Amino acid sequence: MTSPLEQKKIRITGPSVVTANRTWDGAVVYRTAQKGWSTELSDSAIVSTSDDARALLAEATADDVGAVGPYIAPVEIKDGGKVKPGNLREQIRAKGVTIDLQVPA
Amino acid sequence: MYAYDELDRTLINERVSEFRDQVKRRLSGELTEDEFKILRLQNGVYLQLHAYMFRVAIPYGTLSTKQLRRLAHVARRYDRGYGHFTTRQNIQFNWIKLAELPDALADLAEVGIHAMQTSGNNMRNVTSDQWAGVAPGEIEDPRIWSELIRQHTTLHPEFSFLPRKFKIAITASEHDRAAIKIHDIGLRLHKNADGETGFEVLVGGGLGRTPFIAKTIKPFVHGRDVLSYIEAILRVYNQYGRRDNIYKARIKILVHELGIEKFAKEVEEEWKQMGDSELRLDHAAIEEVRSRFSYPAYEKLPHMPDELKQAAHDPLFERWRKNSVSPHKVQGYSIVTLSLKPVGGPPGDATAEQMDALADLADKYSFGEVRVGHEQNLALPHVAKRDLPALFKALDRLGLATPNVNLVTDIIACPGLDYCSLANARSIPIAQELTRRFANHDTAGLIGRLHINISGCINACGHHHVGHIGILGVEKNGEEFYQITIGGRADENAQMGTLIGPAVPYAEVADVIEDIVEAYLALRDRPEELFVDTVKRLGVEPFRERVYATR
Repeated sequence: MTSPLEQKKIRITGPSVVTANRTWDGAVVYRTAQKGWSTELSDSAIVSTSDDARALLAEATADDVGAVGPYIAPVEIKDGGKVKPGNLREQIRAKGVTIDLQVPA
Repeated sequence: MYAYDELDRTLINERVSEFRDQVKRRLSGELTEDEFKILRLQNGVYLQLHAYMFRVAIPYGTLSTKQLRRLAHVARRYDRGYGHFTTRQNIQFNWIKLAELPDALADLAEVGIHAMQTSGNNMRNVTSDQWAGVAPGEIEDPRIWSELIRQHTTLHPEFSFLPRKFKIAITASEHDRAAIKIHDIGLRLHKNADGETGFEVLVGGGLGRTPFIAKTIKPFVHGRDVLSYIEAILRVYNQYGRRDNIYKARIKILVHELGIEKFAKEVEEEWKQMGDSELRLDHAAIEEVRSRFSYPAYEKLPHMPDELKQAAHDPLFERWRKNSVSPHKVQGYSIVTLSLKPVGGPPGDATAEQMDALADLADKYSFGEVRVGHEQNLALPHVAKRDLPALFKALDRLGLATPNVNLVTDIIACPGLDYCSLANARSIPIAQELTRRFANHDTAGLIGRLHINISGCINACGHHHVGHIGILGVEKNGEEFYQITIGGRADENAQMGTLIGPAVPYAEVADVIEDIVEAYLALRDRPEELFVDTVKRLGVEPFRERVYATR
């Protein structure tokens, strides 16, 4: 998965969200339509055009205290409107590591 | 063990207070992330996929049991109950909260542990042989010199904003266990014709997207001059090293572009200008540091105690002993390597319970000392041979007696896409699957020494270039693929592996590695010929043929 740290040009080809890490604890968060952050992907504001993506990212970036390193990530909208991460990297961020840990998570 | 003096303790405690204030200002919004990032990096704090990652230094790989217990405490109190030992004698905690980091740092500072310069563009943790001070045939304990360099370079203003990170490793043994040839500066302790102790200095090694084996810049630098010579190298690097392109900023690029002769000439001129400076170490300064290392009061013990003779009838004990127990410089003692590579486990991880229990065992059997090696395993450096059977039973109960040290399942792996924000592909599940494929330790023993190294991206934290078999995760159209190299090595004969062909998908990696190993078993000219020697003798072609003929 190409790191979004290398994300230079903003051009989306499908539904996308803005995600980041919460500042105080680093937890994965998603930008909501209410201009806040949520740990639930289902709460995220979904954009479908590059202009909307740029605007959402700009608005999220302005909140430097709440979250760190916002970037645009692809999502899939399943039947019934359920939002799923759009690639493996985002699946791992949303659901946790793919390995069995030696201790309970 | 090394005992910090008052200056060190003050420095560490002041850093905790400073960082506490920085975190407070960050959380209040007084500091922006751009302003804060460099500060957190100077304290070993990264931001990864799921959380902040906290990297703690274990200078030259030496830990007291008090320190190990404190690491267990941090894992339990501030993280998720485990830590990950890295390839550079650090431990990483993967789930730590920024708001709690100052408290974690303060808890560590109480036992003399810190995270200074474990990230950022500065001089990183100076690493060494995990068998330092106990390896037979060693010139002298290399940690004395690691510590001298650590003291000189910690918070040194000239080295705090280098073009890129800078790593030094030191070995004092013929067999290099510190991988000095893949470091920015590698130091090999040896004696000159006059019997004086000094260093062969190597420079410009490193992996990442542009890998180079370090080149010898000076065959002998007297020990008393090692700080000034290192400083001369760093001054030349600081002056000419590129800051405009992160991918060309490491010293290896400068050495490559200038050529080692011209680079050496520049360093020599700089060094001469420094003359007989205050950086020349006098005998007293060296002895002061030496005196702060304490060594066990070894007993006079027999080479072959009765306990060992009796335990030789236990095949499980014997298999473990032959694999994980190594000769010690003192008769009657052994060095015991503890594999952190259980079948199906993430390489290099240890739980808080394992760390605490191991600390108890180290107190009982190893004079309260534990070592950390760059292969992501631990070691007990001073175990009386008579205690080996009892130690084996205790380690086995803890899951720390896997008899696979240096074998095919003793895999070095970076955290990969499961944790790392830079990764393109996963490393740990590949390692886990390989340990299951080669789970039979007797078979692994028959295969012999074979190092598999896995990196989840080109930054090469898993040292894939120098694995006997190297596995590099790449991305192709959103899918995980893996490039396979063979023939690399990280020891005194260090070299990069050779790519065998096109990358293979995630699901096929373990099959490919099995094919390579089977090809080796068929091709080696005798059981003692190591994998890496068979590759050297035959080249990659027979292996390429085996892997790709049916794919």
